[in-house]
Amino acid sequence: MIKVEPPEGDPGRRLPPFAGDELGVDRSLTWLAGNVNKRGITCNLEMESGRELFRRLVAGADAAIESFTPGELDGLGLGYEALAAINPRLILTSITPFGSAGPHAAAPASDLEISASSGGLWLAGDPDGPPVRTTLPQSPSWAGMCAAMGTLMAVVARDATGRGQHVDVSAQASMITAISHAPVFWDLLREEQVRSGPYLTGRSVTGANYRMIWPCRDGYVAFALYGGPAGRHTSKQLVAWMEELGADPGAMKTVDWDSFEVTTATPELVHQLEEAIGPFLLKLTRQEFFKGVVARNMLGYPVATVEDIWQDEQLVARGFHQEVAAPWGGDMLPFPGSFALFDGCRPVLRRTAPRPGEHNAEIYCGELGLTPDELVALREAGVV
Amino acid sequence: MSACAGLRVIEFGGFAAGPVVGKHMANYGAEVIRVESHKALDGFRTHYPPYKDNVPGIERAGIFSFFNDGKRSVTLNLKTAKGVELARELVAKADVVVENFTPGTISRLGLGYDVLSAANPGLVMLSTCNQGQTGPHANHPGFGSHLTSLAGFTHLLGFPGETPSLLYGPYIDYIAVGFGTIAVLAALARRGKTGKGCYIDLSQYETGVQFMAPALLDYFVNGRVPTRAGNRHPSAVPHGVFPCSGDDRWVALSVAGDADWQRFVEVLGWPVWAGEPAFATVQARKENEDRLEELVASWTRTLSREAVVEKLRAAGLRVYPVNSMADLFSDAELQARQTWRPVEHPVQGKIHAAAPPFTLMSTPPKQDRPAPLLGADNSYVLGEILGLTETQIEELAGEGVLD
Repeated sequence: MIKVEPPEGDPGRRLPPFAGDELGVDRSLTWLAGNVNKRGITCNLEMESGRELFRRLVAGADAAIESFTPGELDGLGLGYEALAAINPRLILTSITPFGSAGPHAAAPASDLEISASSGGLWLAGDPDGPPVRTTLPQSPSWAGMCAAMGTLMAVVARDATGRGQHVDVSAQASMITAISHAPVFWDLLREEQVRSGPYLTGRSVTGANYRMIWPCRDGYVAFALYGGPAGRHTSKQLVAWMEELGADPGAMKTVDWDSFEVTTATPELVHQLEEAIGPFLLKLTRQEFFKGVVARNMLGYPVATVEDIWQDEQLVARGFHQEVAAPWGGDMLPFPGSFALFDGCRPVLRRTAPRPGEHNAEIYCGELGLTPDELVALREAGVV
Repeated sequence: MSACAGLRVIEFGGFAAGPVVGKHMANYGAEVIRVESHKALDGFRTHYPPYKDNVPGIERAGIFSFFNDGKRSVTLNLKTAKGVELARELVAKADVVVENFTPGTISRLGLGYDVLSAANPGLVMLSTCNQGQTGPHANHPGFGSHLTSLAGFTHLLGFPGETPSLLYGPYIDYIAVGFGTIAVLAALARRGKTGKGCYIDLSQYETGVQFMAPALLDYFVNGRVPTRAGNRHPSAVPHGVFPCSGDDRWVALSVAGDADWQRFVEVLGWPVWAGEPAFATVQARKENEDRLEELVASWTRTLSREAVVEKLRAAGLRVYPVNSMADLFSDAELQARQTWRPVEHPVQGKIHAAAPPFTLMSTPPKQDRPAPLLGADNSYVLGEILGLTETQIEELAGEGVLD
């Protein structure tokens, strides 16, 4: 994986937050999060000699992934047709806010507008307030993940056909996958789903909404009345837990959980049950609640902070966190590890995010066959 | 030719996190077979609205149709020895198995990776579950709607000091779907080179935490515990959601830096307040953001959503309507991508399947089959793939193997 940056560095290096809250080419933590295990080179695609270097690189590559505005790569003479002429096996994956086909494909957008376009904003927030986005930008992750899916799908297709192709990824469409089945209510019943703050919607045919986020003693916990075997077990266990701690189970005690159905319970009953649950949860800390639900095999989790996630014993037991060097020098940093175990092994994080041009000599000279003098000349000309 | 033509995927389990992996592959031409049972129905057939005409029924659930278009369905009762044997025979003729039971269940059924791969060494098997196959919480039951909170997402959604909000459904499940698909495709690519299969142990929790990485690093490096900040941004200002004329109509817009600010106030017609020192610099605008947001809202409120979008877009600024679910079906960008593909369902009628968010231009997705009715493909799977006669299939049905 080779990251190609302009000589002044990728704009992603200017994304907050920063290590020590100081701006610096290697200090963006958002940049670091997305660029470990890559080597990095600089290449000025505005100059013909830079584009020539890029073509040589593409000739031996499996895939190129780009996120310029639609048409920009074509304008540089590096569009799919041009690159495929050099390397017919190449997969070119283009990531844009709205895909390359639509009437406003080139309209600028940040995470906020992309979230709005996907329906994800519409569904979040309190009913009496505005729609709201996740504070940590999510659309780059969704779009990047979907680009990896598309690129690998094209790799599998190439194994059969011998040919690469162009893969078009829309960040808007990528984020639509995040809103679950909410569009189906419109498609099937012409019913609009609405934001409802901490309440689950779309679980009932009676209009009942189920509370999922509850205040506890030191924050919030996630808990809801649920159907199915796990839901029934959870409700029965909650009653037992309340009685053990001397709390009044109230209406929770009156329900036959074996016949309780989330889909058909009335809003009045759900309200009575939740009146009994709230005061109990308010007495527990996040950790007390977590330990309790694990011990009792109940559905539910704390609303975790990033501090909680670092300390989570399950992640530690599975060897999830790995270490990478801080690009700004100094210590090793713990880092969220690879996303799955393959044949029992977690792929290793081998290197930290590259400095701009860190691997210019290794790649341009060692792999593309430039002489050191040629590299110096390119540097002096502002190409790398 | 389709991207996944010739690949056969067998699915065990239900809900979203496993089956939507198969949906992506089915949309790209893989033959994806859901192994279902009348004795253990997918919760998405039984427990979740919406239903056609609001009447519950296993063929009436829109959520099942939405996540299973393009697949086939065979019923096998895995509590019977013959049912398990048939499942093994099916997997022996497959490339991929996807299962999302709780850890250990698939092995207890006699369909663990060791058994399946002994008969089919090239098999790629994805086990996706709440917290992974190992570790102290492996057997703790959970759904994506809870796990989304454990992975920190709800803590970051809402306004400062107020109760966190949900983002509708089991947000993290769909992250796990993406990484599950990536893992399966990467393993298939490796198999193309080595002939070796692969067992993938995927923890939905660990995939969700990938999307939290910048915030986790912010804590470790800076000691900061990020919390929800409404719609605000560290440097762009204004950066928010503003009401327009009409009922519950909103636009999202953001202004970064001074050049965009100049264009923004020009679109607003240089109101008097725009010249105040309180709004002269990015820092000043950040310090007076409450008041700035009120002033921007007093402008957007006078206009239709479409008018606000048109004006700001013409000036090259970042803006988009806050799309409702109805709006998604008329959104011009999504229409251009053919995101909503019409399919005819035998019970639900004319409905739409969602296209994958990535389009392979030379081998585009084909979505002409609705989600299968329960057991709709029994004779194809048992007859054509496994070579059983009609009489044999009738006998199996009589013995309850196909329940």
